[in-house]
Amino acid sequence: MVMMYELIPVLPLAAFLILGIFGHWIKAKAHLVAVPAVILSWCISILAFVDVADGHHSTFRLYTWLTSGMLEVHIGLTIDRLTAVMLLLVTTVSALVHVYTIGYMKGEPGYARFFSYIALFTFSMLMLVLADNFLQLFVFWEAVGLCSYLLIGHWYERPSACAAATKAFIVNRVGDFGFILGLLLVFTTFDSLDYATVFANIEREAAKTINVLDPLGGSLDVSALTVICLLLFLGAVGKSAQVPLHVWLPDAMEGPTPISALIHAATMVTAGVFMVARLAPLYNASPAAMSVVAVVGAVTMVLGATIALTQTDIKRVVAYSTMSQLGYMIMACGLGAYTAGMYHLLTHGAFKALLFLGCGSVIIALHHEQDMRRMGGLKDRLPITYWTFVVGSLALAGFPLTAGFFSKDELLVSAWGSGPLGQVLAVFGLLTALLTAFYSFRLVFVTFWGPSHVDSHHAAHVHEPSPTMTVPLIILAVLSIAAGYLGIPEFLSPMFERGGERAHGGGATVVMLVASAMGLLGIAGAYYAYVLNPDLPDRLAQRWRTAYEWSLHKWYVDEAYDRSIVRPTFAAASELWKRVDVAVIDGAVNGVARAIAWGAWFLRLLQSGQTQHYALGMALGAVVILTLLMVI
Amino acid sequence: MIPLSYYVTLSAVVFFTGLVGVLIRRNIIIILLSVELMLNATNINFVAFSQSLHNIAGQVFVFFALTVAAAEVAVGLAIIIALHRAKNTINVDEFQLLKW
Repeated sequence: MVMMYELIPVLPLAAFLILGIFGHWIKAKAHLVAVPAVILSWCISILAFVDVADGHHSTFRLYTWLTSGMLEVHIGLTIDRLTAVMLLLVTTVSALVHVYTIGYMKGEPGYARFFSYIALFTFSMLMLVLADNFLQLFVFWEAVGLCSYLLIGHWYERPSACAAATKAFIVNRVGDFGFILGLLLVFTTFDSLDYATVFANIEREAAKTINVLDPLGGSLDVSALTVICLLLFLGAVGKSAQVPLHVWLPDAMEGPTPISALIHAATMVTAGVFMVARLAPLYNASPAAMSVVAVVGAVTMVLGATIALTQTDIKRVVAYSTMSQLGYMIMACGLGAYTAGMYHLLTHGAFKALLFLGCGSVIIALHHEQDMRRMGGLKDRLPITYWTFVVGSLALAGFPLTAGFFSKDELLVSAWGSGPLGQVLAVFGLLTALLTAFYSFRLVFVTFWGPSHVDSHHAAHVHEPSPTMTVPLIILAVLSIAAGYLGIPEFLSPMFERGGERAHGGGATVVMLVASAMGLLGIAGAYYAYVLNPDLPDRLAQRWRTAYEWSLHKWYVDEAYDRSIVRPTFAAASELWKRVDVAVIDGAVNGVARAIAWGAWFLRLLQSGQTQHYALGMALGAVVILTLLMVI
Repeated sequence: MIPLSYYVTLSAVVFFTGLVGVLIRRNIIIILLSVELMLNATNINFVAFSQSLHNIAGQVFVFFALTVAAAEVAVGLAIIIALHRAKNTINVDEFQLLKW
């Protein structure tokens, strides 16, 4: 049984290798390799889930990767409750996205390449969640980042896709730098990178402090665990698109839509949340770091939701919503409600993948039109897409009895029950729930209801896409509701000592009721503003011009980074190029070449072509040698 | 019995005559003759030392040298004829194609 689990990551890896090497010949049959591999891996994941539910936890080492002094790193697989849930999420969404891709990418020149990259991504993500030590986590953390880069830039002939891919990579670099510093600090503190060893020794190291101002000559002692947690969290901030490193996620929508669903909604961006939950014992030991995590999550949650209100690109609305929902999960983890955070991660994975795939279906039907203002009235033309999209939006809005309702309630109630900070943040969470419901139904109403603004060339042949695209939508729609009834919180809560306890009593019921009311109010608000009074949004935008502008321009974060970081870097690089590269380095290299050319010009005069000159040289040389021999 | 130094001196004089001829003359046939002079100066040395040291190897070597010299002259004259046909002259100053 245990040996079989290795196949979960190995099958996608095999698919990647086959498609990577033979993709040139396989071409349009690429899905015949990738789809069965991922579906098999999904089946084994279900077996693993059932096995874990029976209480069998297993950690096994495949091989020792490197040994150097005290450092010993294994490639290992851990299968416990947390991993089992993630395995299920990753393989399910990945399998559905693989199937969806068959229809979405049909006839694209990069068809086989695309499949090989998503197979590689699936492998990396599975290894990330299965890791049993920090280094393995980090390696596959980077690997999923690489796949994200490759897939965002899938249409590499578009300059905007290249720019978005580069941006995602560079912004993640900032976070990953923190991650690797945290990794080094873990090793110097605990002398080990294994989760089990580190977690077992937390109490021993709890009192250890680090003078963080040492290089500057100052003195500020901070608990080593707090520094470790914050540095590792910096990695999560990058990967999970938290403020202030969230800027790459909306731009990542340049990639093909299946990628947005798989990587930038359901799996890779949740790696940060997963990491915090995985390292829960470490974070629990550092209340200061926990508070930072919670506040960063809350800020992201509010920021993402306010931006999503005014965006007009259909995928960007969903992207900002993803950012906001990731904020919810991070906030929950920061408040110790790991179970609720992971639960929301799981349900969000289902309904957000659904929303993205729905967007993809709309985009394909409208020949790659992504502007909401040029849609409208699509609900009769695309009934399957419409109904599944509505289910996804209801789940996102937290409509009662959908999966999103259960997980969001669980999350907000746990947050409320975790203390004074939790209560403040829970209030923000409730307000964000209102915004969430509003923007998600704004999307539904503007896209699917009302008069059609579709380009007249395409309007005539708008039709539902092929079954390979609609079947995954239907399955995800079912999951968006069913995921709430699978008992995930009960399944997960034994993992986390602190998390999972629900604040029972009056407070909890009130929070639940308010959360549901917020969701309904948001939906009603969107109905009022976009269906009953279609000119109301414009008037509101006129009235609160500044607020509207700030939301539309994403709080000017990109502009601020542009002014403060990008442009100074470009200017400095340009100066360095002109003064150092051209003047000094090129000057030195060309100078050496020129000196040799001049020297050679003089020396070649010796070669006269006259044999007698050479003979004279030989004779004189012989005289010199003989003289030397006789003198010495 | 003529002392060895006489032979060596004669050889040196002939060798230098040849060397100077090679270096200063412009007529390519004279240069070839001068090369032969240098070769035969060494032959004189070989024979002289062979006799003085009672070792026949030196005289045998001279036969080899003469044979090679004969072949070399044949090749050298052929080259000179070819050069003369190409340039219509036997002045070595005219033969300076192999330069920068």
